Amino acid sequence: MVGITGYGAYVPRLRLSRQAVYDANKWFAPGLRGQAKGERAMANWDEDSITMGVEAARDCLNGTDPKSLRNLFFASTTLPFKDRQNAGVIATALTVEEGLMASDVAGSQKAGTSALISGLTAAKAGGPTMVVAAEKRSTRVASANEMQFGDAAAAMLCGTDKVIAKLVGHRSVSMDFVDHFRGEESDFDYTWEERWIRDEGYAKIVPPAIKAALAAANLKGADINHFIMPALMAAIPKQMAKMSGVAEAAVRDNLGANLGDSGAAHALVVLAHTLESAKAGERIMVLAFGQGLDVVILEVTDEITKLSKRRGVSGWLARGKVETNYMKFLAFNDMLPIDKGMRAEFDKKTAQSVLWRKRDMIYGLVGGKCRVCGTAQFPKSQVCVNPNCHAIDSQDPYPMAGLEAAVMSFTADSLTYSPDPPAYYGMITFPEGGRFMADFTDSDKEQVKVGAKMRMTFRIRDNDQMRGGFKRYFWKAAPA
Amino acid sequence: MAKGIKDKVAILGMGCSKFGERWDSGAEELMLEAFKECIADAGIDMKQLQAAWFSTAIDEVHVGKSGIPLSTTLRLPNIPVTHVENMCASGTEAFRGACYAVASGAVDFALALGVEKLKDTGYGGLPGGRGGPLQALWSANGTAPGNFAQLATAYQTAHGVSDEDLKRAIGHVSWKSHQNGAKNPKAHLQKAVDMETILKAPMIASPLGLFDCCGVSDGAAAAIVTTPEIAKALGKNNIVSVKALQLSVSNGSESGHNSWDGSYFHTTRIASKKAYEEAGIKDPRKEVSMFEVHDCFSVTELVTMEDLHISETGKGWKDVLDGFYDADGKIPCQIDGGLKCFGHPIGASGLRMLYEMYLQFQGRAGARQLKDPRIGMTHNLGGAPRENVSSISIVGRYDS
Repeated sequence: MVGITGYGAYVPRLRLSRQAVYDANKWFAPGLRGQAKGERAMANWDEDSITMGVEAARDCLNGTDPKSLRNLFFASTTLPFKDRQNAGVIATALTVEEGLMASDVAGSQKAGTSALISGLTAAKAGGPTMVVAAEKRSTRVASANEMQFGDAAAAMLCGTDKVIAKLVGHRSVSMDFVDHFRGEESDFDYTWEERWIRDEGYAKIVPPAIKAALAAANLKGADINHFIMPALMAAIPKQMAKMSGVAEAAVRDNLGANLGDSGAAHALVVLAHTLESAKAGERIMVLAFGQGLDVVILEVTDEITKLSKRRGVSGWLARGKVETNYMKFLAFNDMLPIDKGMRAEFDKKTAQSVLWRKRDMIYGLVGGKCRVCGTAQFPKSQVCVNPNCHAIDSQDPYPMAGLEAAVMSFTADSLTYSPDPPAYYGMITFPEGGRFMADFTDSDKEQVKVGAKMRMTFRIRDNDQMRGGFKRYFWKAAPA
Repeated sequence: MAKGIKDKVAILGMGCSKFGERWDSGAEELMLEAFKECIADAGIDMKQLQAAWFSTAIDEVHVGKSGIPLSTTLRLPNIPVTHVENMCASGTEAFRGACYAVASGAVDFALALGVEKLKDTGYGGLPGGRGGPLQALWSANGTAPGNFAQLATAYQTAHGVSDEDLKRAIGHVSWKSHQNGAKNPKAHLQKAVDMETILKAPMIASPLGLFDCCGVSDGAAAAIVTTPEIAKALGKNNIVSVKALQLSVSNGSESGHNSWDGSYFHTTRIASKKAYEEAGIKDPRKEVSMFEVHDCFSVTELVTMEDLHISETGKGWKDVLDGFYDADGKIPCQIDGGLKCFGHPIGASGLRMLYEMYLQFQGRAGARQLKDPRIGMTHNLGGAPRENVSSISIVGRYDS
């Protein structure tokens, strides 16, 4: 039996107030008024699809040994790198074994579900498979998409052992129906008329595919307890459910109120949210529409009651902070030619040879632990840092990303360049040993105190815009 | 068994440029300004110099690498010139090199010259973005004020000092230096500042405000050293000799091992202890007449006075508020105005501190002249509290 063995999610802490978006843009687009309620998830300046994907995957692993993974699929239409495997960055950050098949899945709003189908198939053939989906889409100022979209990630662990939701069946159709597109020369979607998409797209493509999927699984629409279908038009999921004989009550909320639509990741985000409360025996249908349709039918098993607690969508949603500064949203998304000052000009060229040698340290936050004195330290070094030890070549790799740290000293620096000044940083210490001067993120004045507990999070450190946007990733400390 | 440097080397002459935003001068003009005063003061001919040590720390924004910039600027007679960089201790390191050369007997006359031309970068503060390709991948996006601000946080935590008491104490450190600097024609900032202005200044890196940070300026300073015997033979009176030269360098334990609480300078404690030993000083609080310490930030000075074993650990802020280190206090600290008023042309600062000591011992410090100083200590701290080089020199009257 193959299926989902674990789930995880990630929602950035910031939630952009749609009222604030409307207030800033109503002079130009008064028609947005109807959408001016609730919030959309907004990535911090140091978050992208890779960093959010890493967080969702960590939430999903939640104690599972990353070295047990055999495959990793990463789905997104907003991959930070066009040529450099994005899934490989996530894999390194998770400290997987190098003998792993990693693959990026992109190009369509159904990339997330396509990756899930690939993941389930791969898991059936050979070992635990991580499926990660994340999205951070740029939108034009004062567009409907700016209101509708949200940044988020989800992860599904697929396998054959301790399955919490078994795969009942899946069906895909592929057709070049272009409801919207994003060409190579644009950062933004270009969308055709909604009425056409509804009548010629959804209404004609979705119900037959659902019908076929149900028939193959020997099920009826009424057998579906949770119907997951992301769509920007709010009425569509209910309409499709009705056309397919699925009860209206089964249609899952798309989290529009305080998250927004996370594109290629969204079906898995809503699936993760559904799994938080799904009961054994319930059937889940997951759909994603984009140049065709993916349909995945799952059945929840008893194992779900034994799954370890994770943050999930609800946990991350609960730590939100409403952002009412629309200018900040624009600046974070490079939509505002803000005066960064000369300190932003320092060269951020990365020596790839150094990054390669130190990949475990930089991407995995792997320190060292001395076999002689037991001292944990970061970075791992050849001579033990303990002043009473100084043993040579005595350290084993010691992963620290999952450990909680505490603030020893800190400052709020207004001099250094930061996209979100002042820059908070400080010395963090790990109770088991080890410390370093770390940048803080997702931090407010009230949260940063001596002794405050911090959680490590994988973030963008710099963006080398001189060389086409090489993102430097490293770990930062965020209030736990 | 080595006996140390005490009284083996004498300062024959010194020079110091005017410090400040020297828009009129490049590093070359500054070097020459300090050197002309220095060689005239020494009373020897440039051809007699046998070796030189040249300190500059951020050479990529002005002269570039090697000993060539000094040799070329002064047209030195093709003698050995060694370029020295050890962050903020660079100037003192050039001096140490020159002193060791004389003490070894290898040369009779050696020059130490430090310079830094910082004001050609186009922005305030120190140039950033250095540290090598690995550090760039992981070390925090910090600045000097941000690193030293954390000394304040940790000091407060370790000793239970309230925000108000700390702010007042570090404010007093800066107030006192401004009082002194107002009397120094070579200082960058020659203005007394009232406490209210200091306390209400804009925040740079909390809790350090604008007046808690030293200025950024251009400057150069130089010393020519020889043996006390040669100095005497040249007819010099009031000979100033070197009593101790120490340097302690972090080995990563503060930044990487949880035994350090961030509230003090591990290296300064070690270097100062060794320096007192080398100089034969038993009770520094009674024996040292004056200090020039590395007040890159007000809190650095406060904590340093504890690590130099003058104020009791955790009580330095009280000594400061009691006026112990004021010009009319028990041991004046930064009688020339300190980094606070001179700014910090990195390669020059250590030599600038020695210049003030030298003037004081010779009774040439004008409006700032202290009564009968015998022993003085200079201190430089390069890097950050968690990882640094701490240099100490003790100088004094040869007859003391």
